[in-house]
Amino acid sequence: MQAASLEFPGELDYAQGANGAAQVGANDANGHGANVHGANVHGANVHGANVHGASAHGASAHGAWLLSNVVSMEAAVARARARGAKQLDAASVTQLDTAGALLWAKQFDVVRGLDAEHQSLFDLVRGTLHAEPVAAPPNHSILAVLERMGRAVNLAIAQLSLLLDFTGRTLWSFGQIIRGKRKLRMTAVFHHMERTGLDAVPIVALLCFLVGAVVAYLGATVLKDFGAALYTVELVNFSFQREFGVLLTAIIVAGRSGSAFTAELGTMRSREEIDAIASLGLDPMELLVVPRVTALLLMLPALTFIGMLSGIVGGALVGSAELDISTAMFITRMRDVSEARHFFVGMGKAPVFAMLIAVVGCLEGMKVRGSAESVGRHTTSSVVQGIFLVILFDALFAIFFMKLGL
Amino acid sequence: MNVILKVRGLRNVFGSQVVHENLDLDLYQGEILGVVGGSGAGKSVLLRSVLGLHRFQAGSVKWFGKEMPATNSGISNQGEPRLGIMFQDGALFSSLTVLENVMLPLKEHSQISASFAHELALLKIRLVGLPDNAAGKYPDTLSGGMRKRAGIARALALDPQVLCLDEPTSGLDPIGAAEFDQLVLTLRRSLGLSVLMVTHDLDSLYATCDRVAVLADRHVVIADTPAVVSASPHPWVRACFDGPRARAVRAGPVHQLLSANAPALSNLTAPS
Repeated sequence: MQAASLEFPGELDYAQGANGAAQVGANDANGHGANVHGANVHGANVHGANVHGASAHGASAHGAWLLSNVVSMEAAVARARARGAKQLDAASVTQLDTAGALLWAKQFDVVRGLDAEHQSLFDLVRGTLHAEPVAAPPNHSILAVLERMGRAVNLAIAQLSLLLDFTGRTLWSFGQIIRGKRKLRMTAVFHHMERTGLDAVPIVALLCFLVGAVVAYLGATVLKDFGAALYTVELVNFSFQREFGVLLTAIIVAGRSGSAFTAELGTMRSREEIDAIASLGLDPMELLVVPRVTALLLMLPALTFIGMLSGIVGGALVGSAELDISTAMFITRMRDVSEARHFFVGMGKAPVFAMLIAVVGCLEGMKVRGSAESVGRHTTSSVVQGIFLVILFDALFAIFFMKLGL
Repeated sequence: MNVILKVRGLRNVFGSQVVHENLDLDLYQGEILGVVGGSGAGKSVLLRSVLGLHRFQAGSVKWFGKEMPATNSGISNQGEPRLGIMFQDGALFSSLTVLENVMLPLKEHSQISASFAHELALLKIRLVGLPDNAAGKYPDTLSGGMRKRAGIARALALDPQVLCLDEPTSGLDPIGAAEFDQLVLTLRRSLGLSVLMVTHDLDSLYATCDRVAVLADRHVVIADTPAVVSASPHPWVRACFDGPRARAVRAGPVHQLLSANAPALSNLTAPS
């Protein structure tokens, strides 16, 4: 295939014959354009006399003006622009596509010698040329920064009020169910209990077991120096019953089930399934949200319990393997020092965390608009918010229980 | 006439279900070929097979006389021959604007400068009859018809010789569908395209297609001009072309009315 090229008659000594390279030559072809031009149908009146007159510059195009030759095409047209060539003889062009036609249409007022097929393509391309829309340059002023900050704060406040609103609507739906005006969909509840609870048991147990072992190692390393290695039992017990059991479980569940809730509801939202539910006279809150919240309210405490046990088992295992605290001694010590309040402090937080994770997950799913990309964005946001709220509330609980002396 | 696509003895099987058996199909240079058939007749599977998006069990597919290997990873679109494909709902990348969607293949497949790619993409967007302000929009903010047009703009990005359309008029209102038919005709005429389209819109079939291939009984039962096909004695063709909807189309008032209203796009072709 011959490369695209432009030739400016009279300065052919510049022309490069090499295949694949742009052939660019140039010359002032006095009168050349005007002569042929006069006979030409296209815009002879406008261009022929006024603009170019006797000193008109012409050019003739050769070769394949295709996108694959874009570099040589642009170079050739840039050359024509520099020469001020406004007329083109395209009789020896072999191939033309929209890229070549667009370059011509921008530079040349008159193009002649095209065959019928290329002419219709060129006309089509020229027909689409009109004033370019001017894109507004991005605003980098200090005002724009302030504006974005203001918007972000506004968004955070709006999100908080949305969350409160959605929590209220969820609780209201529960109230309706208790009063017997709505039904609790038991099939859905059990389905979600299995998926958020039973299916999560292995990962929760394993992670808590590992963290329990790590905490025991850490405690032993520090406490050994004081001859107090036995206090590792207290450390593992208290930390898992009060904090780590429920916190670890909640974080795993937020990443696992909170995101699943968002993705499920978000996909339904983007496919208008939720609108379909509403249009059938059903309540999406009752059908979709309440079963998920209920399932998590029941399963997060159960998972927390499993997490506590696994953590303590992990600690005990490290104790017997590395610290000369036999399992029997570990259990005896546990019985001596444990108080039920630690267990209940930890367990009491589980339903609250469950509510937070489930409500955030469902709310983000309901906020999905339009495309699949929106589902992904809200799923990320659901996990981040879920984990943030869990840790925030855990800190608030810690202060609260400390003040109460529990 | 040059044969651009030659399908011989194509066979597709899903489990125990044979979708295509001994299927032959030709696409000639410069024509618009419509593939019709009932739901589940394997129209989309046929399109995906010839595009190399579905691995067929047996047979041969030749594009421009060159054998295409049975693959499901897509036909190699580097260099010639080039195919442009519009999927049913446009299949635009939802994280990119319409302009970025059209610019993507340009930037990936040529050494084009960013500013010229921008201009060329805008040209394609105008060619398919979208307003300039659609260029900066994301696909989920466009209507179904505009998404289809944007899908064509992206398919045309690399100036293909063949345009494949999957259900181009499905989900469009009758006026939008008629405008779309005109767009396909305009593009075929101006860009010298050959068009392979899968459809079950009879209006669109009569308005645009030079030839119609009927897919039934697991192969192409007839491939000829719409007039010849509609006279075929094949039972499925009879049921389709003698049905109440087909009679309404051929009776013509609706169709003619729409065609008369449609060429809002024709001003694009007028030399300025």
